[in-house]
Amino acid sequence: MEGYIHSFESFGTVDGPGIRFVVFMQGCPMRCKYCHNPDTWTFGAGKKYSAEEVAKNALRYKNYFTGGGGITVSGGEPMAQAAFVGELFALIKRAGVSTALDTSGIMFDIKDAHRFDGLLAVTDLVLLDIKHIDDGEHRKLTGHSNENILAFARYLSDIGKDMWMRHVLVPGITDNDEYLHRLAGFIGTLRTVRKVEVLPYHTMGVNKYKSLGIDYALKDTQPPTKERVLNARAILGVKK
Amino acid sequence: MFYKQWEGFNPGKWSDDEVNVRDFIQRNYTPYEGDDSFLAGPTEATKKLWGEILDLSAKEREAGGVLKADTKIVSTLTSHGAGYIDKELEKIVGLQTDEPFKRSLQPFGGIKMAEQALNMYGYELDPEVKTIFTKYRKTHNDGVYDAYTPEMRRARTAHILTGLPDTYGRGRIVGDYRRVALYGVDYLIEQKKKDKDLIDGDMTPDRVRDREELSEQIKALGDLKKMAEIYGKDISQPASTAQEAIQALYFGYLGAVKDQNGAAMSIGRNSTFLDIYIERDIARGILTEVEAQELIDQFVMKLRIVKFMRIKEYNELFSGDPTWVTESIGGMGVDGRTLVTKSSFRILHTLKNLGPAPEPNLTVLWSKRLPAGFKKFCAETSIETSAIQYESDDLMRPEMGDDYCIACCVSCMRVGKDMQFFGARANLAKCLLYAINGGKDELTKDKKTGKPLQVSPMFAPVLGDGPLAYDDVIVKYEQMMDWLARLYVNTLNLIHYMHDKYSYEALEMALHDTNVRRFFATGIAGLSCAVDSLSAIKYAKVYPIRNEEGLVVDFRTEGEYPQYGNNDDRADEIAVWLVKTFMNKVKSHYTYRQSVPTMSILTITSNVVYGKKTGNTPDGRRAGQPLAPGANPMHGRDKSGALASLESVAKLPYEYSRDGISNTFSVTPASLGKED
Repeated sequence: MEGYIHSFESFGTVDGPGIRFVVFMQGCPMRCKYCHNPDTWTFGAGKKYSAEEVAKNALRYKNYFTGGGGITVSGGEPMAQAAFVGELFALIKRAGVSTALDTSGIMFDIKDAHRFDGLLAVTDLVLLDIKHIDDGEHRKLTGHSNENILAFARYLSDIGKDMWMRHVLVPGITDNDEYLHRLAGFIGTLRTVRKVEVLPYHTMGVNKYKSLGIDYALKDTQPPTKERVLNARAILGVKK
Repeated sequence: MFYKQWEGFNPGKWSDDEVNVRDFIQRNYTPYEGDDSFLAGPTEATKKLWGEILDLSAKEREAGGVLKADTKIVSTLTSHGAGYIDKELEKIVGLQTDEPFKRSLQPFGGIKMAEQALNMYGYELDPEVKTIFTKYRKTHNDGVYDAYTPEMRRARTAHILTGLPDTYGRGRIVGDYRRVALYGVDYLIEQKKKDKDLIDGDMTPDRVRDREELSEQIKALGDLKKMAEIYGKDISQPASTAQEAIQALYFGYLGAVKDQNGAAMSIGRNSTFLDIYIERDIARGILTEVEAQELIDQFVMKLRIVKFMRIKEYNELFSGDPTWVTESIGGMGVDGRTLVTKSSFRILHTLKNLGPAPEPNLTVLWSKRLPAGFKKFCAETSIETSAIQYESDDLMRPEMGDDYCIACCVSCMRVGKDMQFFGARANLAKCLLYAINGGKDELTKDKKTGKPLQVSPMFAPVLGDGPLAYDDVIVKYEQMMDWLARLYVNTLNLIHYMHDKYSYEALEMALHDTNVRRFFATGIAGLSCAVDSLSAIKYAKVYPIRNEEGLVVDFRTEGEYPQYGNNDDRADEIAVWLVKTFMNKVKSHYTYRQSVPTMSILTITSNVVYGKKTGNTPDGRRAGQPLAPGANPMHGRDKSGALASLESVAKLPYEYSRDGISNTFSVTPASLGKED
């Protein structure tokens, strides 16, 4: 089947272990204020590729994956095109290469918990980005509740799926000791978190907003200081 | 015979009346698979000496780039008295002139260039020297211009051939300086005399030249001994200690830079050779690790202050004042043992002991099979200093064996067995514009008529204003490349004939086998610009825009096209085709002295200057904008990430570009992962 894809990165080094081929899917239901890829929001845009085409393209870099690397599908929201990603991952797994799913978890619904089991069966690692631990704040930041996201994390833990927990540190929004402690508490209840990453907010996406003509909500927000990043890492128990 | 200085070494072919440094290394070196924990810091003497050099460097910068210049004494091996930085502290001695940072006068390549360089920095050439080199002694440059054809001059003026070594020393010849240490000069002279005696029979011009050159070599070796004597050293016999070995090897190199102001004066592959002497001294208890490092530090220090008197444009071309003192390090042996020794670590460690520096150009011959400890040390040193160059030993070893070195930045040769005729480069992006305009230059005017300069014979230009037809352009491009390759090869034939005649590298060639293999090292510039232009013509619609004279001076492109640097075969296949096609055309011509034609794709910084001389191109690049360096994709067009970009470059066939392919690639720590 075909999927809508925004772009590819052949040398991904920040989205999962090792050197990774990263597929950025097109379309996302979230509207996170700090999103640095607003050009991946719209559904139905991007370019259509078949899973075979993408797999063939990605596997050309297999030689570079020897140090634990592989393929990461990011976005956009990859779980919004779960069937496509599942088919792609199956092809990748067949070639003996590892797969990572970089998701917000927003597509998950506890009432239909098994809906993504097919995709998860061919996913080695989930990179789960929890935007905010507080539901009210999460709604303000992203336009959605975090209920299903947290449920997804618990579900992954329950089925024994490895995950990396990621959290973007934004001054004035997520960079707050109380919230960070609450998030740490939540992560502590999960059994399969292999790594926690604090991603300092950056302004590299701002120009994209300008060129897309979208108003940028965090105009006055600066990246966090080094001290605050270290503080967050300490609270969330990030191991070096 | 077995010299007493060789005690403790395993004998072999090398000691059995044959100059064979590789055999000596193979029978005597100790591969090292450990880590860097044995290394020592700089001694007080090293620190003090380096401090003095830093002071001199600061003064040189203040003085506008040149601190002192010789205007009267023509540099030869024995032209100057001994020079020191601080005699008491120096373990390895020898300077190009009698004072540190005093640049020597080297007019054999061309007196005009030597005079210009002096004038630019406020010096006046001694009138007597000028008279000698204009009236009585012809230079390389004069020879070339006496013989140049009008077509060669036009190609040069229009910069379709560019960087030709016709006004300066060709360089890129690397003597096997290790021979001076291992055998001593007397033995080398003896061998060269035997070789000379063998050249007899009908006195064809070739034989006459060979005999004359061998005489020059023998004289140069004699002068090398005298040069060492000026410093109170005797290098007639083999070196008996590590210090003597490094000193003798350095004298060999120093002789070369006193004799030649070559564009690249690389030094070879020495650290593992020297390691044998260092390990022998350590085993004998006459050298400590600290002392060993001191010798290497001070040797490297000398290589860092090699300087030539050059015109300012030259520095502009290369973004600095490079000497390309390339030292090749590590690699694997053909028997599977690593050629990494402790001294491979020691020489890289100079980057820490003395601080990072671009010279000597420390080049690691990288193999997947290098010991893990060395790989780690290289990575750490690179992160800390950004001063190591890497080249693929796995790619070069099958062709070159395990005793080759890099000249300049990518050009490989077996040490003492290969030399090369450096050939600068042909601009293939401009050649495409010539194909479209029938050989009229898009920027250069004919001085007499004021019309665009007709550089090639009048080929049929592309007609009409419709979109360029790929098949038509390719036919015309092939014809233009036929013309260009022929002219290029013949221009180089002429240049190197004259260089041999008027500025022969007697000492460097004395440190080669007499039956040397010669490479004819051509090069191309503008590869990615030409490839993207062709891809645009093939996959999009490119309309020519003409000026009032009908010359195509710009292009309008409709639609998208695949670009080189994205691992897209549609564009990359054009690149492969272009490299193969041009190399095949080069190969089809006579090359001077039975040399083996090779090609490089390697501009590092000169692409900026070449771009200035190239008009608007069909890929959308504007006139004057830089071409990409070496085999790089055009700036900003590799949009699929670093690996896709590297994979595109990796498709270029090394067999057709044996003189090397370079890809300039910068990464910041942040782009490799998360910053701390």
